[in-house]
Amino acid sequence: MTAKPSAESKFERQGLTDEQLVAMLRVMILHRTLENRGFALNRQGKIPFASASEGHEAVQAGAAMAFVRGKDILVPYYRDLGLDLGIGLTSYEVMLSLFARIDDHSGGRQFPHHYASKKLGLYTISSVIAAQTSHAVGAAYALKLGKEHGRAVLTTFGDGATSEGEWHESVNFAAIHTLPIVFLCENNEWAISTPLSAQMGQPDVYKRAEGYGMPGVVADGFDPIACYAVTKEAMDRARHGGGPTLVEAKCYRFLSHTTDDDDRSYRSREEVAERRKDDPVPKFERLLVEQGVLTPGALDELKASILAETNEATDRAEAVPYPRPEDLFSRLYEGPWEPWQ
Amino acid sequence: MAVATSSSQVLNNVEAVRATLYEALKNDDKVVILGEDVGSRGNVFLITKDFVKEFGTERIIDTPIAEASIVGIAVGMAMEGLRPIAEIQFADFIYPSFNQIVGEAAKTRYRSNGEYTCPMVIRTPYGGGVRGALSHSVSVEALFYHVPGLKIVVPSFPADVKGLLNAAIDDPDPVLFLEHKKTYRLIKGEVPDGHYVIPIGKADVKKEGSQLSVVSYGLYVHWALEAANQLENEGMSVEVIDLRSVRPMDRTAILQSVRKTRKLLIIHEDNKFGGIGAEISAMVAEEALFDLDAPIRRLAAPDVPAMGYAMPLEEAYMSSPAKMADAMREMVKF
Repeated sequence: MTAKPSAESKFERQGLTDEQLVAMLRVMILHRTLENRGFALNRQGKIPFASASEGHEAVQAGAAMAFVRGKDILVPYYRDLGLDLGIGLTSYEVMLSLFARIDDHSGGRQFPHHYASKKLGLYTISSVIAAQTSHAVGAAYALKLGKEHGRAVLTTFGDGATSEGEWHESVNFAAIHTLPIVFLCENNEWAISTPLSAQMGQPDVYKRAEGYGMPGVVADGFDPIACYAVTKEAMDRARHGGGPTLVEAKCYRFLSHTTDDDDRSYRSREEVAERRKDDPVPKFERLLVEQGVLTPGALDELKASILAETNEATDRAEAVPYPRPEDLFSRLYEGPWEPWQ
Repeated sequence: MAVATSSSQVLNNVEAVRATLYEALKNDDKVVILGEDVGSRGNVFLITKDFVKEFGTERIIDTPIAEASIVGIAVGMAMEGLRPIAEIQFADFIYPSFNQIVGEAAKTRYRSNGEYTCPMVIRTPYGGGVRGALSHSVSVEALFYHVPGLKIVVPSFPADVKGLLNAAIDDPDPVLFLEHKKTYRLIKGEVPDGHYVIPIGKADVKKEGSQLSVVSYGLYVHWALEAANQLENEGMSVEVIDLRSVRPMDRTAILQSVRKTRKLLIIHEDNKFGGIGAEISAMVAEEALFDLDAPIRRLAAPDVPAMGYAMPLEEAYMSSPAKMADAMREMVKF
């Protein structure tokens, strides 16, 4: 099944104000600009690696708008640059991560886009697929036990993650305990080189929700407003004791998995070109201009400001030093640690 | 022989674990226990019996049979400020949770540069001599002690169980707490009342001696003591060190003893290849080779997956006080 573009003839803003719609567009363009910058820096030999999430801009900007800063918890996966930006991560922090500088959240230890910020409610993750899903469930359990009403956990993963046993274990546990959590699957149809058809017997992740005893909903992952609406409804339900929801956003990965991957070896250029026609970023730009939410001039200004921000963040982060060799030994345990020699 | 005093009581290891968990639940609302059959059944060894009546199903959580997420959920709880004590019903069932322990819990602080921490305990009964066969008898410490970021505790006496379990629960980092199931009811000892902590990473000299250092942990500490006492009657003086923790490991205590006795015998139930004894041997060889009067020797299990169910297979796998005494005699006389 392919994601169907939502009808542009009828503009459903789902209660979003002009400011919110523009904020979502800003996150989408910033997401793409920073990501493209990462690929460029890699080709320039300035950073060793960059990963791709082009095609995920809409679902991430939409879901981020449903996240309440200062209250909710985000347990993302590594392909969530836009979601991280949408809940308050700065371009500078992104560039510190790409450049692996000492002031990066992980101190230059982690791969790009593995952030950790208590202030943002953004959890630390590894790169192991679906390993974070149980952490999200544990955090949701803590919220419930602490009677922290009005707070919820949003956790994300790709379609490939749903094949992991731990993913099943975690979703099942959340259902048993009616936990305040939303499981958001960003189904981009590809797990590196493995297509959906080699990952599951039927292509709809959301349908599994019934088996767990929770609501399952699906949205067009190229439509940020639709993604916002389903995530908002699910988060509100979670915040008010209604338990978990499995949300699936059907999107697509336009680029190779990372700078170390070459998708020409496993999928046709025609397929990618066909899906590009629905590229959510220019589509949302057009929609907001057509609907008079922002003028063409304002859109140009927005893009110019994002480019300036990206340039500034790039230069500023590049000037920050690398971690020192002795930083290898810090913060393994609390307090001083004497490594075994 | 342990004798209760007004400020202590005699407990076996099961009772020591139980009493310590109870106190922790009583003293800190953030402590929760999760695992298979820990609730209404009260754990398969009855360690948490009736806890659910006092602390409720929200804090004493009967989980689905899903070891990876038992640990993973505890990691998330810990990152969100709870003090989870996850139980793996038998150490033999810990393998599905390997990634959560090694890749997640042990790296939480490190990978977030201190932003998030993972203060949790994973308790699990391990070890043989109970007709546990291939899947209820294994030792798992060597699979985990390779991993920086973890702490691994293997107590053998009830008083150490309490002090070290308190330390593990208080610890700001993840601790794997291994309880030898044969010692659960077999080993009794005096346990001081009230809250006290024994620092993780400190070995304890259980018997002083001058002619040989024996380093061990778990059930085999008790058997080594039995053997050493027998040798005492034969006029030989053997020092027995209980490691109590295998990560961090008390290199100072090991080296101090070895430099005194000039001979080292390492005894463990886990198999020899790549076991705890390999690291100790290498460390002592690097640090104190020229202080030694005899080659280092390791008495450990054979290089097979685990002990068999049939009694002869279990006996062939396990050591014994007699086998230990033989090895000690040979070392002293070398």
